[in-house]
Amino acid sequence: MEPILKVQDVVKHFPIAVGGVLRRKFKTLKAVEGVSFSIDRGACFGLAGESGSGKTTISKLILLLEKITKGSILYEGKDISKFTDKDIKWYRTRVQTIFQDAASSLNPRMRIKKIVSEPLEVHLGKTLSKQEIEERAEEMIRLVGLPADKLANYPHELSGGQKQRVAIAKSIILHPSLVILDEPVSALDVSIRAQILNLLSEIQEKQELTYLIIAHDLAMLKHVTTKIGVMYMGNILELGETQKVFESPLHPYTKALFAAVPQPVPGRLKEIPALQGEIGNPMEPPSGCRFHPRCKFAVDKCRETRPILLEIRPDHRVACHKADGLSATM
Amino acid sequence: MDLMTKKRILSVEDLKTYFFTRAGVIKAVDGVSFTVDEGESLGIAGESGCGKSITCLSLVRLVPQPAGRIVSGKILFEGQDILTKKEEEMRQWRGKVIAMILQDPLTSLNPCFTIGNQVSEPFKLEKGNDQRKNIKQQAIDVLRSVKIPIPERRMNDYPFQFSGGMRQRVLAAIAIARNPRLLIADEPTTSLDVTIQDQFLRLLKDMQKQTNMGLVMITHDMGIVAETCDRVAIMYAGRIVESGTVQRVFLNPAHPYTEALMEALPKMESKSKTLFQIKGEPPNLLQLPAGCSFWPRCHKVIDICRIEYPPLFPVTNGGEASCWLLQKNKDK
Amino acid sequence: MIPTLCLLPVVVCGLFGPLFYPHDPTLMNLEGALKPPVFLSGGNFSYLLGTDHMGRDLFSRLIEGARISLIIAVFGVFFSGFVGCLLGVLAGYFGKKLDEVIMRIVDAQMAIPAILLSILLATVLGAGVTTIIIAISVVFWTGYARVIRGETLSLKQRDFITLARVTGCSRARIIMKHVLPNLVSTITVLATLQIGSAILIEASLTFLGVGLQPPATAWGLMISEGRAYLATAWWIPTFAGLAILVTVLGANLLGDWLRDKFDPKLRQL
Repeated sequence: MEPILKVQDVVKHFPIAVGGVLRRKFKTLKAVEGVSFSIDRGACFGLAGESGSGKTTISKLILLLEKITKGSILYEGKDISKFTDKDIKWYRTRVQTIFQDAASSLNPRMRIKKIVSEPLEVHLGKTLSKQEIEERAEEMIRLVGLPADKLANYPHELSGGQKQRVAIAKSIILHPSLVILDEPVSALDVSIRAQILNLLSEIQEKQELTYLIIAHDLAMLKHVTTKIGVMYMGNILELGETQKVFESPLHPYTKALFAAVPQPVPGRLKEIPALQGEIGNPMEPPSGCRFHPRCKFAVDKCRETRPILLEIRPDHRVACHKADGLSATM
Repeated sequence: MDLMTKKRILSVEDLKTYFFTRAGVIKAVDGVSFTVDEGESLGIAGESGCGKSITCLSLVRLVPQPAGRIVSGKILFEGQDILTKKEEEMRQWRGKVIAMILQDPLTSLNPCFTIGNQVSEPFKLEKGNDQRKNIKQQAIDVLRSVKIPIPERRMNDYPFQFSGGMRQRVLAAIAIARNPRLLIADEPTTSLDVTIQDQFLRLLKDMQKQTNMGLVMITHDMGIVAETCDRVAIMYAGRIVESGTVQRVFLNPAHPYTEALMEALPKMESKSKTLFQIKGEPPNLLQLPAGCSFWPRCHKVIDICRIEYPPLFPVTNGGEASCWLLQKNKDK
Repeated sequence: MIPTLCLLPVVVCGLFGPLFYPHDPTLMNLEGALKPPVFLSGGNFSYLLGTDHMGRDLFSRLIEGARISLIIAVFGVFFSGFVGCLLGVLAGYFGKKLDEVIMRIVDAQMAIPAILLSILLATVLGAGVTTIIIAISVVFWTGYARVIRGETLSLKQRDFITLARVTGCSRARIIMKHVLPNLVSTITVLATLQIGSAILIEASLTFLGVGLQPPATAWGLMISEGRAYLATAWWIPTFAGLAILVTVLGANLLGDWLRDKFDPKLRQL
């Protein structure tokens, strides 16, 4: 079975102008540095990482909101960077997204009905009648657990959770195959996060969707994902089946990350001290392994060469020279 | 620390802070009482709109005016009622005796002044502290105490040259500069990355151990409460619905809201696939239901809940909760 | 409240003026010239505010003047708003070279004082209503362009614009259906504030002799013609001046109120 999405050695550099008007130079912000992973149809793939890890940039590249610097992204085997305008329009019906800030995701001047039915108007406006569009919008609103009368409301009349439901309805109305969820619940109240997560699960099954979830809430990722990648400064440091990665994290960063997440378990002793230092400068990243300045186990090799992802255990890859004693070169 | 002689720093009694708007009266804080002792950390936890932030603003009398007003209650700080003090007295207390760290380090620091300038400010306010050299040294020392590397050089940098985590540390430095007796932290790590949050929370705990100050931690993250607080008060729709030691509340929640919250949180160690969900939405303070504010979402509701708001009943293993189901405890 | 009190009479006069004149505003009657207003000695009720040096009833002339002022202000604001908003949105949305070009034109033009520019235009194009409208349009579009560009830039950051791209909307659709509707309140506030300025420009140009010419009926003209009589028949220029004051004040207050209602961000205007 061909994976629905294949990301191969993707690199993204942003040119940043530094210096004043007279001494302007260009430096490169290396947001993504050779990332590879694949997502199978029907899976729920998670990308975990902190700010500066590159996970949001990856989603923008997949959504064709930014151009790839190097490497390729294959959707159903097709290279998306070679798409013509017509292909891109088709692609937009196959891949959709939901953002963290539900309030910002909805046009405050549009009624919910208009918001939800817009994708239909853009792509199927000529083939569907007004009635059919209305019916589909109503169907979607009900599917996400909202009463049909909400269609007449404006976004500011809805609560945070309701807004996010509308955003979900809009994203699935064209029956896409892949939906990218960028922090879908972190801006919502704790008591309704579970509602939205359960809804997303339900919809995934009903509509046969594939999800790519980007989040920093590791506990949440553990619950909903089937495969997970941990990113740091533009690189994937660990990649594998969710259960395996959580049960025995191999990379020192992954271990530190998991330990740092506050758990609602009083008296929990943190086995390892806090991860020291801060993320490096993305315009002048550390040499070799990007994590080495903060890593307790760093040796010379870590400073010299960047480790590549190796399958240390079945369905479990790590990019670390010290993992299992194996050494790897770029 | 001898438990018997722990001093009570803060005692809040039946605090009520209301907002008078055109749409109606919003009872943001409606009868809240709690205490904080020396060296103790109290967590005030709840979701958006529960009143936790307004509670902390009330403690320093910085409730947004003119709509907001502390309507009644007492805030006893080391025995003295803050609410009876004149504004000039309050100004002297803020920063010196009670300090606050807010949520957003980006907007809490003035972008036009150097870090050194801003960290020195509290020291300049100290009476009798006139020498420039003294002040500068004190600023460097306090920056070092929050683990800012090479503080002598970084004094001359501006906020934009610091990362989010560093800025939050600077704010912590400014807060503890004059050795306050009580530190209030309102969602101090919401905008920080997980690993940076971990560093910062450990720093706060260390600071607390060293100075023996009281800490009030306001947050919606139950994980943070569990790991940094000794006691916790859970708020919902302007009132405290449960309080007690963190141990007791987390392991044996008495109020259905607390119970439901604990269940709804995805945990690293649990195995289940579907998450327990609380039905309904957080309450609209302008349209609170009659009786207990939580009853429309409660999975254990009984008749009286819809009619009368429950008072605080003692809980078997310590603490209190306002739930009619606990009435049998009182009668025992 | 106050803005409505100020503006309502003006608008009503502007729309229904001819119904209200007690006399024909252009009717000259040299015998009845320089009659004082009713509340001074020598006045009577048939000439409520007195007559000017040509015997024309001031009250009727004020009403007629409102029409001209309103027409000029509305059209001037409309055209400048149209051009300014269009260019502002294009500059803000597309950015890069287009933005640079448009903004440099704006900068260059804003370096020339408004009055000077309008006098220049009026002199070149000759006096008349159309000229004044053109002058106002040319002078005011830059203000709109700058503000609208800024608003567009900040709108671009909002997620729903990104989502519109991801949905597959064309750029035209995004601008028409997503950007512009969210600019409506800004545009309304700007336009209302500009009406007052437009009236002032018209009055100034006319007063300086390059705007409307006699025998037209306009407030600016009434002031310039009445200047010579300030000591003797002060009512000739004064009431016209008051009319301008009340209208501009009303427009400004209305604009302020709208701005506060819609968006505190515009306070720097």
